[in-house]
Amino acid sequence: MKHLHALGLGAVTALGMTALSMLPAAAAWEPTKPVEFIVPAGTGGGADQMARTLQGIIAKHDLMSTQLVVINKSGGAGGEGFLDVKSNKGNPHKIVISLSNLFTTPLATGIPFNWKDLTPVAMLALDEFVLWVNAQEPYKTAQEYEAAIKAAPDNTFKMGGTGSKQEDQIITVAIQKALGKKLTYIPYKGGGEVAVQLVGGHINSSVNNPIEAVSQWRGDKVRPLCVFDSKPLPYTDKIQGDLSWSSVPTCKSAGLDVEYLMLRGVFMPPGVTDEQVAYFVELFKKVRETPEWKQLMKDGAFNQTFMAGDEFKAWLDQAETTHKGLMQEAGFIAGN
Amino acid sequence: MIVDNFINLYHGFYIAGDPFNILLMVIGILLGVIIGVLPGLGGANGVAILLPLTFSMSPTSAIILLTCIYWGALFGGAITSVLFNIPGEPWSVATTFDGHPMARSGRAGEALTAAFTSSFVGAFFAIVMITLIAPLVAQFALQFGPAEKFAVYFLAFASFVGMSKEPPAKTIVSMMIGFALAAVGLDMVTGQLRLTFGVTELLNGFDFLIAVIGLFGIGEILLTMEEGLEFRGKAAKIDPKVVWKTWKTLPKYWATSLRSCIIGCWMGITPAGATPASFMAYGIAKRVSKNGKNFGNGEIEGVVAPETAAHAAGTAAMLPMLALGVPGSPTAAVLLGGLLIWGLQPGPMLFVEQAEFVWGLIASMYLGNVVGLILVLTTVPLFASILRIPFSIIAPVILVICAIGAYTVNNNVFDVLMMMVFGVLGYLLKKTNYPLAPLVLAIVLGDSAEEAFRQSLLGSGGSLAVFWSNPLVSTIMALGLIAGLWPLIAMGFSKLRGNTTQPA
Repeated sequence: MKHLHALGLGAVTALGMTALSMLPAAAAWEPTKPVEFIVPAGTGGGADQMARTLQGIIAKHDLMSTQLVVINKSGGAGGEGFLDVKSNKGNPHKIVISLSNLFTTPLATGIPFNWKDLTPVAMLALDEFVLWVNAQEPYKTAQEYEAAIKAAPDNTFKMGGTGSKQEDQIITVAIQKALGKKLTYIPYKGGGEVAVQLVGGHINSSVNNPIEAVSQWRGDKVRPLCVFDSKPLPYTDKIQGDLSWSSVPTCKSAGLDVEYLMLRGVFMPPGVTDEQVAYFVELFKKVRETPEWKQLMKDGAFNQTFMAGDEFKAWLDQAETTHKGLMQEAGFIAGN
Repeated sequence: MIVDNFINLYHGFYIAGDPFNILLMVIGILLGVIIGVLPGLGGANGVAILLPLTFSMSPTSAIILLTCIYWGALFGGAITSVLFNIPGEPWSVATTFDGHPMARSGRAGEALTAAFTSSFVGAFFAIVMITLIAPLVAQFALQFGPAEKFAVYFLAFASFVGMSKEPPAKTIVSMMIGFALAAVGLDMVTGQLRLTFGVTELLNGFDFLIAVIGLFGIGEILLTMEEGLEFRGKAAKIDPKVVWKTWKTLPKYWATSLRSCIIGCWMGITPAGATPASFMAYGIAKRVSKNGKNFGNGEIEGVVAPETAAHAAGTAAMLPMLALGVPGSPTAAVLLGGLLIWGLQPGPMLFVEQAEFVWGLIASMYLGNVVGLILVLTTVPLFASILRIPFSIIAPVILVICAIGAYTVNNNVFDVLMMMVFGVLGYLLKKTNYPLAPLVLAIVLGDSAEEAFRQSLLGSGGSLAVFWSNPLVSTIMALGLIAGLWPLIAMGFSKLRGNTTQPA
């Protein structure tokens, strides 16, 4: 056995030597100084939490030879962060995490950038949206709540959400269209704040991401009615009583034909080489294997689709068209 | 219920009292004081930078280290406010009003001792409150919707106009400049950009810290330079006994302390936070105190009131974060991110499911504040002696520190230029006797106040009646109106009394 091992090692070394002499030097690109991880949103939000978790996982498992430094650039609905990355042409020591504002911010504010100005690296996951009401309300199912909205005059029900002309309001507009009734949309700064306003009874419903409202659900303060995805969530751990994420029906099955998922992806500045992109794709593949990442996915009931390369670009193209259509319909495009 | 809390707390002390955790407290406080002294770095950045280091620790040890950095930064913020008139955090602004004049007249040691001790008293009061009535308090915070929040901001602004030493017209002008600056950037309610004129650097609006470092720090240096580079006032006599001497005088102000503690706790639990708390406590103390007229010229009570309230509020703000998952401050937001990474979900169930962690943290607040007080008090003579260095040496050093601080906020050179512009603005306003504090208050709170106002109106369909729709919001609005119109009311009273007494 020992003999065999030694032989194997020798063979590997020999092979390695040959391989090294044959490959171009650029193949094994690695960062040579700390990598800036731009978060185009404020501290404490979903994107920030994910970026800081990534930073923690990479540091703990020693996945990168240099440091990853998280920097928040939230100005102009994230426009500040995206512009910063766009202007750092060819700088491989900068990456940015995206949320839906990758599409909505340039459309709503006219800030000059497009996802095509950046180099797509990988989709890490998709974030789900759930329709929530206060647990004190009488509505046990999405159907009951829809019926109540339809029965009341326009603008009777208040929907709280994060920001203006972003994902939460886009979903609200889609709900209005599906039900043929207007809701009063009230924007707040962050998802946590929205969840608390719902618990305090200051709004009637929200479309919080799972991770933003899960603790309130565990405390039986809010109730999930349906999830805006094509199929129910796969997570079966019990959260409140006998209920788990998997017991939340899809909105479509509850008569509300609205679907929306939010991108959690990573991008680099324009003009970086394929080797540099490949390095980060590999890095995030390694991150996905760690127990901490799996736990985060479970806690936040994320949709764990992973994409890179052309597949990811095609997805982005499709998502951009969808957002443009939704925002045009809602009258959210700047200058209109 | 309360008995249960004490049993839990006892167990918490056992956890927090572990020698390793005590060591972390000392390290955390020292780091925090350094972070607090450097303007711009601030508690939130400090905690964010060190957060990844804590992932390998147990959640309890990690949060002890990070909260102690936070306490340390709170203590440290007072040092620059008193010595150089540069508030490192929004809630230190009110501390400069009397703290800096005290330093100028050679009483820096006294001012620092009063500030640290008051911080401790305020924080301690808030922790006791958390220990006794945590669940009730969390319930109260839920009552606050947009209308109630706006009422609180209104009260803060109105009490400032009403309590100001300067003519109300000048206070309002200064406040309006602040509101205009606060409006720059993204309008959260419509999602549109305002007043950015296509300039990328303005997307983020004006950061409070940049404004404050410029208005106070640079403005102060410009003024001093005009007066011939002399540090006005006597060099502080260094007396190691200054702490004991100051302590002897402090019990006299128990009423101010108690009042500030209550204001602080109330503001900390409602999401308004420490900044309005410190301003309100200062304003009310100025009205109520016998020495009110002397406020602004170096009255020790003017240091006690805002510091006590700010720290009571800062500590009380931890409660909504733990019980509701809503961070009351940027630092709390970073801590919240940490909690999630350690697998703890803040929210109503945290007190039930993670009792050991919660009570370990509460116990560490008691111990951390005691450790912090001892550490910072021993350094009072050291810090006070900085003022003995000639101004021509210290001024360039302050300038450099200010510039580094301004750069650190957003890693942006443009901010350093903005700081200079604010410095000139601060100098001009001071020369023309416009008060700076209302401007700062409006930059800090203007955004949130506007947001709350418009959210309320969205919810009510445009009806202003929403601000009188329930007893809670009506009471706060009424208090605000009384505070704002106080000068007129006081005049009316003295007329009624037939001018036998001078108006206070």
